[in-house]
Amino acid sequence: MTMLVCDISLHLSGFDLLRHISLEVKAGKVTAIVGPNGAGKSSLLKVLTGDMSPTKGDVYLNNRLLNQWPLLEKAQMLAVLPQHTLLNFPFTADEVVGLGRIPHQTGIAKDTQIIAEALELVDASYLQRRFYTQMSGGEKQRVQLARVLAQIWQPSRFGEQFLVLDEPTSAFDLSHQKLTLDIVRQLAQKGVGVVMVLHDLNLAARCADNLVVIDSGVIAAQGSPEEVLTEPLIDRVFGVKSIIAEHPITKRPLVIT
Amino acid sequence: MRHLSAGRLIAILVILLPVVALLSMTVGTVSISWMDTLHAVFGNSSNTQIDTILFEIRLPRILLAIFVGSVLATTGAVMQGLFRNPLADPSLIGVSSGASVGASLMIVTAGGFIQGGALVGLSLVSVGAFIGGFTATLLVYRLATSGVGTSVTTMLLAGIAIGALAGALNSLLSYFSDNDMLRQISLWQMGNLSGASWLKVTIMGLVAMLLMGLFPRDSKALNALLLGESEARHLGVNVQRVKRRLIVLTALGVGVSVAVAGLVGFVGLIMPHIIRLMIGPDHRWLIPASGLAGAILLVVADSLARVVVIPAELPTGILTAILGAPFFVALLLQQRKDV
Repeated sequence: MTMLVCDISLHLSGFDLLRHISLEVKAGKVTAIVGPNGAGKSSLLKVLTGDMSPTKGDVYLNNRLLNQWPLLEKAQMLAVLPQHTLLNFPFTADEVVGLGRIPHQTGIAKDTQIIAEALELVDASYLQRRFYTQMSGGEKQRVQLARVLAQIWQPSRFGEQFLVLDEPTSAFDLSHQKLTLDIVRQLAQKGVGVVMVLHDLNLAARCADNLVVIDSGVIAAQGSPEEVLTEPLIDRVFGVKSIIAEHPITKRPLVIT
Repeated sequence: MRHLSAGRLIAILVILLPVVALLSMTVGTVSISWMDTLHAVFGNSSNTQIDTILFEIRLPRILLAIFVGSVLATTGAVMQGLFRNPLADPSLIGVSSGASVGASLMIVTAGGFIQGGALVGLSLVSVGAFIGGFTATLLVYRLATSGVGTSVTTMLLAGIAIGALAGALNSLLSYFSDNDMLRQISLWQMGNLSGASWLKVTIMGLVAMLLMGLFPRDSKALNALLLGESEARHLGVNVQRVKRRLIVLTALGVGVSVAVAGLVGFVGLIMPHIIRLMIGPDHRWLIPASGLAGAILLVVADSLARVVVIPAELPTGILTAILGAPFFVALLLQQRKDV
């Protein structure tokens, strides 16, 4: 069971944002998307999650066209964390995470338990009764992460589950960056397919099973981090000279610039 | 920290509303004692004059205040959620300005026979206000809806544009009206419950029931919408359908309120805001609590309107603002202290 992007193109007000992109997101694997600013990473996520319809091509979720899933069933399988969420109303962290339980009918007791566990997982239990509007950027982003985790906390009877994250670590300090990647790995082990846009190539190399490099709306390379991260590619796509070394412990590629 | 749980606030309001309503029965140009009122209400009064005052004049007026107040406050809460803006109110979608033009047009053109002219018991002004309000909202909604859905931002801008146009039309109508019409127009715009009749109560009551029955269905969707439209969609909310349903219901509710009571300001904007400060933005509690509080505010305001300048009466809309504004300011100050 997968999320499948079949030869999609996206034209918007005269611009080709994406051209002939095909991508397979497997359940239980982590897919990282990297690329320079304006390469089309966010557009690809929007098409992948159904926020935008591609001009050409199709997107499938568990062997069914994405837009043909009933909204509620889709919401039980696919959770999306945007880069920024503008929430101006004084919900507590508890209540924000509780919004992730809207697609489910599991009852208040179960939901309360899941909310507490999700907050605990992202190291935000201490925020439980605090107002979202009074939190720091990193705290807000962690609460939002807990919300999408709560949304796919239990397996769905409709199919494999997927989590899409747009630059989840951008607001985080070192320890919370690591925490996020650990959570992502754990989810993958439980069978969730994770797609995330990352800026830091080394973070991507460390946690991705499949690394997709996007440049000017096309896929420049995709495969395992070892296959994809080469000095010529980084020069070609990012215009930066680099050295690829091996991480002494994880044995993953390490990009030094 | 919130000082009050939602359940407790709603319980307090549920108890307060009938007490306030009963109290309101006793006050007016003719003061009727508690005992006489209770006797009359429970059906063993011998005084027909008191019965007439209570059941033909005051009771419809109080019921109208309850229905109008709750409809204005709940639609206000819904609009603030839909627009993700705590300062939104139903007038944003053009319903008040449209209703104003409709009412003014009737006052100016129908002029002389305004008292006599009536459509199945409703004054022409009411009918004009309703048609004006509903038309303006549909226009704003149409302008903001394209193939990809309704844009809330465009709707806000279209609302401002239609509001400005309606304001100009209103000024134009005022410019061409005589002193008597001018007074009628400005009195109507202040909002008044003195024209209450059982017919108006029935219509308004049916509309209020309809809204109270249908709004709870969309409470969770409104909560999700506070995160943003795309986030709500990913939580399984059919955003376009929810938007259309809530806008039509709001236009209907506010349109009818304005038709029977004129422009009663403040309730729709501030009441949900006050409740949100007390129990938070969860629409499952916010909407019913706002409805109850709006009803109480309007009953109290209307009771005062009847007694402060005896034997004359003040327009209700003036009192809602005089009562609500200081309370709101006090809450803001308290919140500032808590931060």
